[in-house]
Parts: sequence; C-alpha cells; structure tokens
Amino acid sequence: MQCQKCEKHATFHITELMGGEPLELHFCEEHACEYLNGDKPAQAAATTLASALAQQLAIGQTAEELARADKRACPVCGITFYEFRNQGRLGCPYDYVCFEEELGPLLINIHTEATHVGKRPRRSLPNTDRQIELIRLRREMKEAVAAEDYELASSLRDRIRTLEGSA
Amino acid sequence: MTVLELSELARSNGEWLRGTGPEADIVISSRIRLARNLADFPFISRATPADRTELDRCLRDKLLKLADHIQLNYVEVSKLPAVDRQFLVERQLISRELADAQGARGVAIDAREQVSVMVNEEDHLRIQVIHCGLDLEPAWEQINHLDDLIESHVTYAYHPRLGYLTACPTNVGTGMRVSVMLHLPALVLTRQIDKVFRSLQKIGLAVRGLYGEGTQAMGDFYQISNQVTLGRSEADLLKQVRDVVPTIIEYERKARDFLIRESRENLHDRVSRDYGILCSAHTISSEETMHLLSSVRMGVNLGLIRHLEIATLNKLFIHTQPAHLQKLTGTQLDTEHRNIERARYLRRHLGRDKEDEDLRESRGPAA
Repeated sequence: MQCQKCEKHATFHITELMGGEPLELHFCEEHACEYLNGDKPAQAAATTLASALAQQLAIGQTAEELARADKRACPVCGITFYEFRNQGRLGCPYDYVCFEEELGPLLINIHTEATHVGKRPRRSLPNTDRQIELIRLRREMKEAVAAEDYELASSLRDRIRTLEGSA
Repeated sequence: MTVLELSELARSNGEWLRGTGPEADIVISSRIRLARNLADFPFISRATPADRTELDRCLRDKLLKLADHIQLNYVEVSKLPAVDRQFLVERQLISRELADAQGARGVAIDAREQVSVMVNEEDHLRIQVIHCGLDLEPAWEQINHLDDLIESHVTYAYHPRLGYLTACPTNVGTGMRVSVMLHLPALVLTRQIDKVFRSLQKIGLAVRGLYGEGTQAMGDFYQISNQVTLGRSEADLLKQVRDVVPTIIEYERKARDFLIRESRENLHDRVSRDYGILCSAHTISSEETMHLLSSVRMGVNLGLIRHLEIATLNKLFIHTQPAHLQKLTGTQLDTEHRNIERARYLRRHLGRDKEDEDLRESRGPAA
C-alpha cells in the first residue's frame, strides 16, 4: 500500500477514532511522524532508508551523477540503481560490490559507520565468486528459456550443475 | 504442522507471556532477530517463484535437520488460510509482511514459542528468539548458537568489510535487531511518553508498537530497539538497548508513584471501573479491550486490584485478538460477532462466569 502523501510504501496504518466514523490513514514513516507529531522525525540518525536516500541526494549527488547511477545495472541480478531507489530493496549480495560507490555514503548516512565489527561466519569463508556466478547463470538460463534459446539454456544448465557440484 | 495443531497452539501460551522474569511488571519480553541470506540466491525482491520455492524447500530441510539440537515445526505459511496467518502474527511468531507476502514461504517454530525462523520474508532467513522479561543476554546466547547451527549447513551472504549482507541496507552488518517490549501505561496517562520517545530517538533507538514496524501502540505496549546495525558489535548493540531500559523503568515507576500520590482514590476508581467493564460487557471491540486490559494490568501491578494474575492478563491481550478468538471458537466471525464473542471470553476469564471455567479446566480440557 502506498503512503497517502508520497509514493513511498505505507508502513504506518493509523485508525483515528476521534469524531464520528473511524478514519483509516496510511503513511510512510516520515509522513506518519509528521502527522502524529506535527513535525519531522529527529535527525540524529537517518531513521529510514527513504530519508537517508533523500538526504544523500540533497547533499551528495548532482542530477547528472544520479541519472548515470540510475541506469547502471548489476551484472548478476540485473537490478538497476533506479529500481533499488524506488523499492528500497537490493536484488542480490553482489549489489553491495557493484553499487559500492553509491551505497557507501548511504551506509554512512544510515549507520554513521562503514565497516562491520561484529560476528563472522564460523567456517572459513568459501569463495563467494562461485555463489555469485550461480545467481548470474540461473538468471541467464531463465532469460534464455523465456527467449526460447534452448541451446543456450541447456549449456547454461550444464555450467550451473558443474558449479553446484563443486561445493 | 497442520491446521489442527495450530488450534492446539491457540489454547496454549507462548513462553514469553508467562509474566515472570526480571522486571516483568514493566518489561514484557526481550527479543532479538538476525537477518541472514544465502550467498547463492538473489534477495527475495528479485527472486523468481522458482527461486522462492527452492529456498523454501532447501531452508526447511536444513532447519529440520537441526533436530538433534532443537526441535522445530515447519509451518508452510503460503498454504495457510488468512485467519491462520493472522493468528501467527498476533502471536508474534511471524511478521505481517510474511503473512501478506506471496509465494513459497514459511516459519519454523519450537514448542515453547521462544524460537521462530521465518523463511522468505524480506531476507531469506529472519531468525528470532523471544524471552520473558528483561533477559537479553540469555536470548543472545540462544540465538547466536542457533545462528551457528544454521550456518554449519548453509553459506551465508557475507562481505569481509560489510558483514552479513541484507536486502535492505538498513540491516547490513550484524543484521541484528535487539528489542525490548515495555508496558508504559503511567507514562501515557501522565502524557510524558512523547518526551521519552524523543530522547530515545536522539540516542539512536527506535520506538514501535506491539506488532513492530508500522503498528500503532496498542494497550500502551512499546518496543524499543536499536536502529544501527553496521559498525557496532552485537555486544555493543545489546548494551545500547539494555542500558536504557532501567531508566525507562524508573520513569514509569515514578509516573505510577505520582499517580498514586496525587490521586490514589481516582486511580483506584479508574482501574476498578475498567476491570468492571471487562468483567461485564456483552460486546466489546479489540481496541477498547486492549485499552482496558492495560489499565487493569497497571492496577494489578500497583496492588489496587487483587486476585488476578499478570500471566492471565498477558494471555488475554493476545487471546482476545480477532484471529485468536476465531481459532478458539473454531468459527469464522465478522466484527460484530467477534465483539460479542470477545466479551463472552473476557467474562469467562475475569467475571462471574470464571468460577465455572476454573472448574472445567481442573477436569482437563474440553474435548
């Protein structure tokens, strides 16, 4: 559901019980705060992704820089930066690498830090190139099937099987 | 787990509702969740239906493989009717997002309802542990161990500099959300709650209602949680939330003392009348029920209302919600009939009808 005041996803559903009929209101976090407090949320940390994105665009990037970033697509999952900005969700783990430049300031904005200091997986880290390659090949195979290029699809399937077997 | 077993669940209570544990008069529960993704699948927003099915199947197998360490029941949320999905939301076992999502998805739950692992929510895995009262360290130990167990069967998406990779950049790093659910009726009554929220926001903590993100604060319940997940260790994040709780507890107690000092008779009158409505109403909405139960809960904690257990009230908060009422009565009910059924349920557990019920329960559950 969409926020009544902007195009963001509505995450606050308020039922106003004053007056006669109950009134249903749907807002994103920012507009919910505005509605409930009559002002903007505290700016100590960018509390939501949407406001962090808005802030970043206000300070950091020019319109041309943004337009260029928006067109770039992840070679693994195919998501564009524009799609990410709209949905607020990334498409695959590799996005953190391929959109590193754009995400860097955003992460600082949200977390005020850029480097993880907590827990790590217990096992020694496997080579994640293999996993990333698998995501890409599965997508390409799906596209090949959709384009009815079964020869390509079958060769992709063989490569996927080989990779899956090499774990 | 079958639908039948969900009905069994409806009659019981989650461990976290026991109403015991440190500071349990104000701190309802301590919850930790970890967001995790598999390295060889796209995140959910880019996953095809086939990817989701494969993730659901694969993660379900891995979770059930942990049986030597933890017995989990896997519920295929996609196959449940709406009322059952809502039931799991009311019980805090799944999020509204998972309930409303499309495609293959599920949740693994332990019998005590301390552990729930959502599959195919915003991230591939959302691991959650809830404990009763203020009990963050044991909850962390439990979830940390569970995370290790799961990780021994899968490869998590992890980046040496950014930590655990998540679909939304707001969760990257530890992927951890630590939250404590507090009952703060006196701060609401004395109109100080907004001031408390503003100071919490300033130190980077988020405040949410009973059912997390995007829900209004029903029954004066508030969840306080960390906002940041990157650049702080899990121990730091735990400490950040834990350290603020004693201060809020103190504020709430001061507000309660103030109410008692200023107008003991008025307060006593108010909570008793509220109790009276719950005991005798013949039709009552969910909102009014939450509001009155909150008042009565404070009355019991202040010794103004006797012979009523906090655990009973905690249970009523959950059992009087729409899907629970329908599971408990075993019928689909529209709002009007739910309000009637809710009043009947409350009378049976609090009012004059209670003695009969006690007798029945001592003979064992009805067939």
